[in-house]
Amino acid sequence: MTSAVQIAKEVRSGGRSAVDVVTEALDRAAASQARTNAFVTISSERALVAARRIDDVVRSGREPGPLAGVPVAIKDNICTRGLRTTAGSAILRDFVPPYDATVVARLEAAGAIVLGKTNLDEFGMGSSSERSASGPVRHPLDPGRVTGGSSGGSAAAVADGVVPLALGSDTGGSVRQPAAFCGVVGCKPTYGLLSRYGLIAYASSLDQIGVLSRDVEDARLALAVMSGRDPLDATSVDAAVAPERALATSDAPLAGVRIGVVRELMGEGVAPGVRSALTALRARLEGLGAAVVEVSVPSVRLAVATYYVIATAEASSNLARYDAMLYGARVAVAGDDQERSMRRSRAAGLGREVQRRILMGTFVLSAGSFDAYYRRALQVRRLVADDVAAALAGVDALLTPTAPTVSWPLGARLDDPLAMYLGDVTTCIANLAGAPAVSVPAGIAEDDLPCGAQFVGAPFDEGRLLSIAAVAARS
Amino acid sequence: MTLRAPSGPHGARRTPFESVIGLEVHLALKTRSKLFCGCSAETFGDAPNVHVCPVCLGLPGSLPVVNRAAVDLAATFALALGCRITPQTQFHRKHYFYPDAPKNYQISQFDRPVGEAGVVEIGGRRIGITRCHLEEDAGRLVHPPYADHSLVDLNRAGAPLLEMVSEPDIRSPEEARLFLEHLRAIAQSLGVSDAAPEQGKMRADVNVSVRLPGEPLGTKVEIKNLNSFKSVQAAITLEARRQVLLREAGAPVEQETRGWNEGGQKTYVLRTKEGSADYRYLADPDLPPLHLDEVAIARLRGAMRELPEAKRERYVALGVRAAEAELIVLDVPQATMFDALLEAAGAIEPRPTPHTLATWLTGEVAHARKGAEGTLAPEDIDATALVALIAAVEARTITLTSAKELLGDVLAGADPATLIEARGLRQIGDADALGAMVDGVLADHPEVAADVRENPKALNALVGRVMRASGGQARADAVRALLQERLRLDPDGG
Repeated sequence: MTSAVQIAKEVRSGGRSAVDVVTEALDRAAASQARTNAFVTISSERALVAARRIDDVVRSGREPGPLAGVPVAIKDNICTRGLRTTAGSAILRDFVPPYDATVVARLEAAGAIVLGKTNLDEFGMGSSSERSASGPVRHPLDPGRVTGGSSGGSAAAVADGVVPLALGSDTGGSVRQPAAFCGVVGCKPTYGLLSRYGLIAYASSLDQIGVLSRDVEDARLALAVMSGRDPLDATSVDAAVAPERALATSDAPLAGVRIGVVRELMGEGVAPGVRSALTALRARLEGLGAAVVEVSVPSVRLAVATYYVIATAEASSNLARYDAMLYGARVAVAGDDQERSMRRSRAAGLGREVQRRILMGTFVLSAGSFDAYYRRALQVRRLVADDVAAALAGVDALLTPTAPTVSWPLGARLDDPLAMYLGDVTTCIANLAGAPAVSVPAGIAEDDLPCGAQFVGAPFDEGRLLSIAAVAARS
Repeated sequence: MTLRAPSGPHGARRTPFESVIGLEVHLALKTRSKLFCGCSAETFGDAPNVHVCPVCLGLPGSLPVVNRAAVDLAATFALALGCRITPQTQFHRKHYFYPDAPKNYQISQFDRPVGEAGVVEIGGRRIGITRCHLEEDAGRLVHPPYADHSLVDLNRAGAPLLEMVSEPDIRSPEEARLFLEHLRAIAQSLGVSDAAPEQGKMRADVNVSVRLPGEPLGTKVEIKNLNSFKSVQAAITLEARRQVLLREAGAPVEQETRGWNEGGQKTYVLRTKEGSADYRYLADPDLPPLHLDEVAIARLRGAMRELPEAKRERYVALGVRAAEAELIVLDVPQATMFDALLEAAGAIEPRPTPHTLATWLTGEVAHARKGAEGTLAPEDIDATALVALIAAVEARTITLTSAKELLGDVLAGADPATLIEARGLRQIGDADALGAMVDGVLADHPEVAADVRENPKALNALVGRVMRASGGQARADAVRALLQERLRLDPDGG
């Protein structure tokens, strides 16, 4: 599989046509789809039209953009103008947005070509990509296993070589954990680096669009193209990621770099195979010149509970709009009893896990429980953010396993939501702190399946974080 | 304007109970675009669902971005009501399921409103202002007659509203109305809102309770969606009477929300306390807190236009009677007109006094405008021409009667000098001309002249005859003096 950087180079030089690139990618997508169900929609026509336009631009000598001709897959909770966007939900099965998400507009403006919309856990709520109205995503290496989630379709599309680059969204680990399960790179940037305009909200204060790729440098290029303040998102920030790598290649590329292994996330609950893969990685990083120390994030034990209180509270609010009055699949009732219609449409159109989270969120925001749950969760969130900042004070990046385990068999955790939730412990701290985090493949851990290593950096320090991750990924 | 006694009787019945009233007023802010998107905020009368976009429709993935102009207007209004401005104001989501709210929550403000703790003084009484906050308006549900469905118009959804909540400091329906008139004048003066209830741009909810003087506050009842000052006054009157009757019968007043039936002039139960909603307020994660620092506040204060109270004081200092000054400033178009008259008067000799101008404006001009039923906007009136007409009366060039005759044409744009000449309305004050007319009348009516000599109080009979002979143009006082001279009457006797 050619990298995005390499494809763009060939297309820009005229050495390869975008139409050829896209045609090949569409063939791979069709083949992969049959095995993995990675896509909700494959947008062949739209992709070929875009590819022809890129080729015209190249032929006419105009600037086709830094991602010219690169096929990308977009998680199906990110809006694409004129292209159905379901968020994996039955209630949005026919929703065609009249606008593009800002990240999609910026990718396309840079020459990237949207190949299709990838499968996911409904509204991003899940860690296995099994809870989709379009059916579960299957692991490319073992169709009996989950890809992780919720950006499982994007992870599978990249891991299966369909596209070099895909967008996901990450509220508590939804880009990084499937990237780790599928053996690819997953980057969740700092909260605010990428506009959320057009991302179908799950938990707005935690949601961040992220990138999945095989090559860290492809992720860097994609972030560089998409970052920058968006007047349509009041929480977006005027920050940029430099498109060029920062660390020189040498015998000791990590000389002077300090890495902190988070003590609390290397012990109990982490599968032995994952732990040994991380220990081996640590040794390799030291060999490349890094100083690796142990650091502590004491509040980590509170992180999952805090995360689920805040995420479900915001979800109950964000998902209130799906009443099928204006758009979405409506269950018609006799007469003009709109309340009954809303209730029945929501009951029929929203999946069990989504309903569970809406109910939890409604509960924690209710008058009798607000102080005990939501207010306290906001306080603990502050504590987690402070702990992460303190742990980062003496090091350039934190190092943790991306997930405590490798992929599990399809269906294994569907009836045990708590086990599913607990797997988010390693990733959700970055969302609570708003910090950037990137997962890189850390080798085969157990059952011939890969695991990931997660690096967490200081807010808006993506440049350095990606450079460290790139060295780790090559090691 | 003087207020009635704070605890007046309700309707015709005398009762020892006093009403305790608090108001919640919604003002449609006068911004070009809606509160969180670029759609037009001015949608009154337009076809349904033409002023909508992904943001105000609440489409998946859309995000609100606050309209800074709306924040400035809200803060300006809060400052005018003497509120403390919240340095970091925050938007919250208020949740309820209803098709007029596309997101099934309304973006409003909760514990960090734009302004808090203000006061408005009316007629020497201080009405506390609890808070002023920003929120988005809802859409409109239309129920076609005999249809099995309802329709939704979302033009208004997302339009910026300012909600003002008063302390329960109001004591009578009349005072409530006066308070609303003051709010409207402040909002219009500042350009914050058109504050036009008939266009839904000013709406009020009232909280009413009754108590015996000295008692703690009674159980309050809220009456929602009052669309005119008249219905506010009527609803309070009736609700207070209902509560007094309950109290007198020894029955408790239930805490509830009632609606107002405009046709039947009565209130009805909307929901009781048990049915009260839990709005699950949530700080909107899409809208970071807004900073309103000292510099921003100073800038808003500096740009603030003259408030009605300052105007009133200025007019009184110019010699306008207090009651007229109040009348003028509570009607902002009229106050604008008055300022134009004052300015125009500066260039005219002899200059009519502000008092004279005020009397004309609140008398003849107001009457003429009322007759024109709103087709006569103050900005259409030529202040210079109007002042010239008033000055012509003051200079005795024309009579008051002639001036009233000409007023309609002058308001419609005619030049008074041209009209006076064309219609020959110039008063005759010339002694020779008048003397000839007087002599003519005396010669034609010797018997009347004889009567008047006997009974000088009957002089008006002769004055009238001379005036008729002059076609109304004779200066009445000069005619009177000439008659007295000719008939050798004692000037004080006639």
